[in-house]
Amino acid sequence: MSVFTALLSRDLKLALRQSADSLTVIAFFAIATVLFPFGVGPEAEVLSRIAAGVVWVAALLAALLSLDRVFTVDFEDGTLDQLLLNGQSMTLVVLAKVIAHWLTTGVPLIIMSPVLAVTLQLPAEGYGTLVLALLLGTPTVSLVGALGAALVLGARRGGVLLSLLVLPLYIPVLIFGTAAVEAALTGMPSAPMLSILGGFALIAVTLCPFGTAAALRQAAE
Amino acid sequence: MVFTQLHFSVAAGGAIVLRGPNGSGKTTLLRLMAGLARPVTGQLKWSGAALEDSDAHGKHLRFIGHLDAIKPAFTVRENLTFWRDFWNTGDASRVVDAMEAFGLAALADFPARLLSAGQRHRLALARLIASPAPLWLLDEPANALDDRSLNALTRTIADHRAKGGMVILASHGADLVSGGTTLALDKFTPTEVMQWDET
Amino acid sequence: MHKFANPTQFMRIANAIYPWVAGICVLLFAAAIPIALMFSPPDYQQGETVRIMYIHVSSAWLMMMIYGIIAANSAMFLIWRHPMANLVARASAPMGAVFCALALITGMLWGQPMWGTFWVWDARLTSTLILFFLYIGYIALADAFEDSERGDKAAAILALVGSVNVPIIHFSVEWWNTLHQPSIIKASKEGVDSSVHSSILLPLFLMMGAFTMFYFALLVLRLRSELLAAKIRNARLSQIAGHSAAQPAE
Repeated sequence: MSVFTALLSRDLKLALRQSADSLTVIAFFAIATVLFPFGVGPEAEVLSRIAAGVVWVAALLAALLSLDRVFTVDFEDGTLDQLLLNGQSMTLVVLAKVIAHWLTTGVPLIIMSPVLAVTLQLPAEGYGTLVLALLLGTPTVSLVGALGAALVLGARRGGVLLSLLVLPLYIPVLIFGTAAVEAALTGMPSAPMLSILGGFALIAVTLCPFGTAAALRQAAE
Repeated sequence: MVFTQLHFSVAAGGAIVLRGPNGSGKTTLLRLMAGLARPVTGQLKWSGAALEDSDAHGKHLRFIGHLDAIKPAFTVRENLTFWRDFWNTGDASRVVDAMEAFGLAALADFPARLLSAGQRHRLALARLIASPAPLWLLDEPANALDDRSLNALTRTIADHRAKGGMVILASHGADLVSGGTTLALDKFTPTEVMQWDET
Repeated sequence: MHKFANPTQFMRIANAIYPWVAGICVLLFAAAIPIALMFSPPDYQQGETVRIMYIHVSSAWLMMMIYGIIAANSAMFLIWRHPMANLVARASAPMGAVFCALALITGMLWGQPMWGTFWVWDARLTSTLILFFLYIGYIALADAFEDSERGDKAAAILALVGSVNVPIIHFSVEWWNTLHQPSIIKASKEGVDSSVHSSILLPLFLMMGAFTMFYFALLVLRLRSELLAAKIRNARLSQIAGHSAAQPAE
């Protein structure tokens, strides 16, 4: 476990020291959301209809921006080689990196989301479910995104490529994430959608780390 | 395909110096031995047993390559402490020993972004002492080192071998080891079996 | 299995079956095109537009089959490192993307008279669109590296990830679609399903067969040119190696 705890605390410490990086992602999340009222008009009725979807889409795009950096810095400065030589398990390394990513970008996005939902006139019944849905959905976003980030290491135009690879894979999370909020707004139970989001997270946590580890090994070869 | 028909082993306390012109595959061979790259054919053996699981092989070795794996936002001490905690070999006091051995003690609490190229390279080498492992794989370790640091490195390698450690290094310059085997790689351009023994 | 892993062996077999595949392909097209486009009766509800379905369904069939082939070959490449499996996967991807595009275009052309608009967020069209993006992603990733071997492996992992995700995406889109679907589409969809009978099935199967054979014939041609390109590359490389080996002697 030393591999896991040491790496997780290092990544958190680095993120704290370079907190501007996380703040940039949050700022992007805010500006992307704020663009929508300008695009569709400020009528409360229209905005409240699309609020959950807009928050989700903006959160996905913001997460994507940060995912681009998950492995590139370590790849470029030779840290990845040393991480591969951890002597225990590369899956632990991947999990530490992903959890660090989720804590440093997923969690701030979740905290920020109700504030942005207010500007989009999301009705009061929706907030709890929105936060819960993001809480259950963003781990999948980090896990799948890390896999994509590992695949594009060393590629030309890696960032754009990452979006192309990963965004289609986010569609199920987006569908059920927004559907959960919509259900809450119409007085239907949102638990089924939330459990499906949880199910996605379970599938992602069992499969993605192995794929990511394999992709990282190949990137170093 | 870089080489073939290459077969060698290194015993405890032994050293191998890889020599050869640019492109002869010194770095490739070191990365193969580290398990970072996979041979097309051929085998790596540790204590006589073939290595299957490259994840586990990592605990046998330290690899110092061209890239120094230093985080500029961390201090010298933090950089070393992280790698010691990560591999979790040797006790925590070795971080201080490592900084002293490579003349970094005075810089311990400076952020690594202020270091010069030579100092950065010494910080990378200090990982060898901070978190010990039996086999050292060093790629051009003498690069960017001044005479004093070169002496420190030579001494560190000799100490490691005296305690039964193994060193394989690629070099085209100064002699860093005494009484090691030299392997001229240009003779093996296209490895069937590589192995080394701990005994 | 290993017989197919060796490029020379593989090409010998592929070349032997190529004339048959190409021949059957031509025969099937010769039968399918007139029957599908002229002799089969128009649908009582869709009229002549039903003929688009022959191309649409065949393309849709191929885009799914080819994705399956890519995923299976990617797995073989990653597990047993068969170079031929990698070539098959990479050579198939652009064809899969084209059939996917064809399925999208024909779907839109069929949708215009049926739904009164070119695009409806119908579950099948939406899934096809997403699959198209997956194809594009695969092709872009495979070509994104200076070191082609890295591209091969990264793309192979992506294909496997995709194959796990395709059913999940399909299920999600299907569910999403029933949640939001206006009733008109439902009605016209049911119309399609109930109108399938033998006069449509014969040309449909002929067309699907012809498309499938067309894919295999093209695959052999593409593999052949890939292998020739690899030979040229190797010849160049050995020339470079020859030059640098000769240098010290001068």
